[in-house]
Amino acid sequence: MSKLPPYTTTGQRAWHYTFLSICALIFFFLIFPILIIIPLSFNAQNFFTFTPEMLALDPAGFSTKHYADFFNSSDWQNALKNSFRIAPVATVISVTFGTLAAIGLSQSHVPFKGLIMAVLISPMIVPLIISAAGMYFFYSRIGLQGTYIGVVLAHAVLGIPFVIITVTATLIGFDKSLTRASASMGAGPVRTFFKIQMPLILPGVISGGLFAFITSFDEVVVVLFVGSAGQKTLPWQMFIGMREQISPTILAVATLMVAISIVLLTTLELLRRRSERLRGMSPG
Amino acid sequence: MKFNKIMLGASVLALSTTPLMAQDMTIVSWGGAYSSSQQNAYHDPYMATNPGVNIINDESSAEAVAKLRAMAEAGNTTWDVVDVEAADAIRLCDEGLAMEIDVDSQLAPGDDGSTATEDFGNMLVSECFIPQIVFSTTFGYRTDMVPEGTPAPTGACDVFDLETYPGKRSLNKQPIANMEWALICDGVAYDDVYDMLETDEGQARAFAKLDTIKDETIWWSASAEPVQLLADGEVFMASAYNGRLFSMIAEQGQPVGMAWDWQMYDLDGWIIPANLSDERRQAALDYVYFATDTQRLADQAKYISYGPARASSAPLVGKHATLGIDMGPHMPTDPRNAENTFVKNYSWWADYRDDLDEKFQAWLLQ
Amino acid sequence: MSDSSPVIAADGRPLKASLNRALRRQKIRALLLIAPLLLFVLVTFIAPIADMLFRSVENDIVSNTLPRTVVALDDWDAGSGETPDEMIFAALAADLAEAVAAKRHTQLGTRLNYELSGMSSLFRKTGRQVKKLDMDAPFREQFLEIEEDWADPEIWITIKANSSKYTAGYFLNAVDLQNGPDGIEARPENQRIYVKLFGRTIFLSISITLSCFLLGYPIAFLLANLKARTSNILMILVLLPFWTSLLVRTSAWKVLLQQQGVINDVLVWIGLVADDNRLELINNQTGTIIAMTHILLPFMILPLYSVMKTIPITYVRAAKSLGATNWTTFWRVYFPQSVPGIGAGSILVFILAIGYYITPALVGGTSGTFISNRIAYHISSSLNWGLGAALGAILLALVLVLYGLYDKIVGIDNVKLG
Repeated sequence: MSKLPPYTTTGQRAWHYTFLSICALIFFFLIFPILIIIPLSFNAQNFFTFTPEMLALDPAGFSTKHYADFFNSSDWQNALKNSFRIAPVATVISVTFGTLAAIGLSQSHVPFKGLIMAVLISPMIVPLIISAAGMYFFYSRIGLQGTYIGVVLAHAVLGIPFVIITVTATLIGFDKSLTRASASMGAGPVRTFFKIQMPLILPGVISGGLFAFITSFDEVVVVLFVGSAGQKTLPWQMFIGMREQISPTILAVATLMVAISIVLLTTLELLRRRSERLRGMSPG
Repeated sequence: MKFNKIMLGASVLALSTTPLMAQDMTIVSWGGAYSSSQQNAYHDPYMATNPGVNIINDESSAEAVAKLRAMAEAGNTTWDVVDVEAADAIRLCDEGLAMEIDVDSQLAPGDDGSTATEDFGNMLVSECFIPQIVFSTTFGYRTDMVPEGTPAPTGACDVFDLETYPGKRSLNKQPIANMEWALICDGVAYDDVYDMLETDEGQARAFAKLDTIKDETIWWSASAEPVQLLADGEVFMASAYNGRLFSMIAEQGQPVGMAWDWQMYDLDGWIIPANLSDERRQAALDYVYFATDTQRLADQAKYISYGPARASSAPLVGKHATLGIDMGPHMPTDPRNAENTFVKNYSWWADYRDDLDEKFQAWLLQ
Repeated sequence: MSDSSPVIAADGRPLKASLNRALRRQKIRALLLIAPLLLFVLVTFIAPIADMLFRSVENDIVSNTLPRTVVALDDWDAGSGETPDEMIFAALAADLAEAVAAKRHTQLGTRLNYELSGMSSLFRKTGRQVKKLDMDAPFREQFLEIEEDWADPEIWITIKANSSKYTAGYFLNAVDLQNGPDGIEARPENQRIYVKLFGRTIFLSISITLSCFLLGYPIAFLLANLKARTSNILMILVLLPFWTSLLVRTSAWKVLLQQQGVINDVLVWIGLVADDNRLELINNQTGTIIAMTHILLPFMILPLYSVMKTIPITYVRAAKSLGATNWTTFWRVYFPQSVPGIGAGSILVFILAIGYYITPALVGGTSGTFISNRIAYHISSSLNWGLGAALGAILLALVLVLYGLYDKIVGIDNVKLG
């Protein structure tokens, strides 16, 4: 792809470079909106476009005042705190239940497997507005609407499909003879699980956990309905901010969130490599 | 023996007051500049004198009726005090979702010696409504986008004049106010507007008038949206609450002017949800008693240009808290702004809101 | 011990039974592992949805609020075109007196207003006068005095038609139909909006899916055919948007697409567009399509990529060595093999697009909003929860059909994430 063979015609050559330019444009479309907010978040003015000073790279055109706003505003700080109070707990719940169930699902004889799988994946498929409305009414009825527990449960269930999918994927490549070997050497099922199975599926579990975390961390529709002011999360505050006053503080928050995504993405990529290495070592 | 009893009594007292001391109170309001004026004028001083109360702000007033209904259905009301427009207060009261207030015993008397009932006067539009401010829905326009050689817009009817004032405009995504403006700007006499709106022909006429600008209109639903659209230069003219326009002009120095003609008067105030526990109801009443006394209502006018609902507060309205400008000329009630005003008919809207809401939303999507 | 005796396992039981037992134990163990999660999902997710769907047919407000009137109306002939008699008005007076005391009449009016415009104001106005009714005088005249609309048989037809505990009314409304005196009929022209809205939702979702396909296919092709090192680096450009918060991306587009935004500024600056004639890219369908294509593009690229990765390069070489041109090779050999990826990606994008709420709400204006926005409106503003639930049920059915299709084509357990 990168090197053209010597026999290519001019037309083919032209097409090849056209194709590469088209791809470059599409990559630009993908990444530009995310990158553009980073310089804009350092705007010294309360505008959303580049001021002449910024284009001239004049230091006076730049400032970190929107970041200061973020760190000094009690609304934003509360939202940040709430996000970090909700997402990890929701993640732990979905990872624990999800991993157990994924192990169960990977056994060879599971009755109603298709149906069970469909139910477990459904939180990812059902449009969020329907989930949100349903939870709004039902959680009101059982006294969970507007409570911390309500939001945590709602977010946990939204994260479950991701855990199921990633953990099942690692289990597909799992060599069953390893657990048999362990059992035949006298290890109990619990010991076998933690010593043999867990280290091998761990990358899947962690990446499922990351997905579950980001699901809760980014989620806005369900929390808008199920939560109340006491559970206002970062995305909720951003949503209010976008409808109310699009101050560039939002762009500062957005930049910080992009940084978080990059960290998560890197972790995931490292895990994937580790998992590939581990699999390469295991027989089969 | 006696000493023990006293100790016991004291500890029981301490135990029973502890939960009250560390109490969260959820106050629901509209967000933005309006919520910060309440924070400054009411919440902060209240928490200073009642250190045990922690006020949590919720910006859900726009969905107040829906959420209160869902909470009541579930028997689990999590809100303590809710800021709503008069029309919503009437609706909540009709449905038994808000508690009835005994004005003279539960609200502070005026500091000029008048009773609370006398002081609030005709602002008491519903048994559940605790009046707070008079505000108006009026128009702001970009001064730098007025076509050269044309006079600046002066009021609501200019929004329908696409020839003189081309460009995008923004209106509230609901029938209230828009229907009245459409008729009055189509030449209907002020006194006939609501009678006409009861008829199919009148409604059709209002929609036909709105049709003329439909393509050029961006519809807003959160009250800060029109202000934002004006600030970004996305629209030439927008209907908005006068206090929001004031803060963008006076505090942020945006090139925006006010077009007051046919501004729509409205009332806003508190309600306390029905069926709160005794303890929470007492706490909510205590807050409301404090937050609607003469001085507090006058204080709010230091932060935002809404008129206090008490007659006794009016003389106390002074200058802006930080800018030091006189607030009087920015009030909707100032004679220079109030040449032509439209007084919204709450009880009419309470009756016809369901009908017109449905028709308006269908019209929007046509 | 006969020759035909079954094979015995070590514990002395027949091997077959022993195997069966082991299998059963295995099944039970699998189910025990799954059970906690299944229970959790059923309680926190499936039950709420079932509960909401139930609201789309639930209709006990009329029979609960006007019990006597409903019974009295049993004998009234709806087709007669006549106002009901005194007995029915007396029942109504008794019912309304109770409803007004319990503050339930306005909700009933709101409910009946969904079926017949004007009912809400009728019940409100009448409610205010009910206390003043003279219990000894004939009720019929008194009601007509309060509001002459009570003489209109249509009012009574509506009450009678909605007196059962369950109704199909919300579903009819959701497809622009209503229960008329002669059975099901179309709603008045100016109230028909939902079919149009569903159509628009589907049209926009198809446009988004199509543009995702057009943009995603070249990228997936490039990634699948590059050396692993380069493609891994470029893959990050796809995954970064995927991992970036939806609201961050939506706010970025809001900043970019505004009339005074970055894109218009650049276009004005290079002279493509006049300053007083800036493009309208936001608060309309264009805004929704652009922003959502960007948001959903990774969901198209990833499945396409994983399918293309498995297409053996030898096929392409074989075709070329047999004399096929580049285009023929691609169109006749490569493309057909990538179709499963297209199917998977398209259905995934379509399913996600059709239920979107936040992005259309922020960049879509009036013309670029989806049925989801309408559902949210009915749940939190208009309070017509039954209609919101009915619209939700239809949307859900649509999504489930597509989900089934996806399961057929790809298999749910083959979904890959990055």
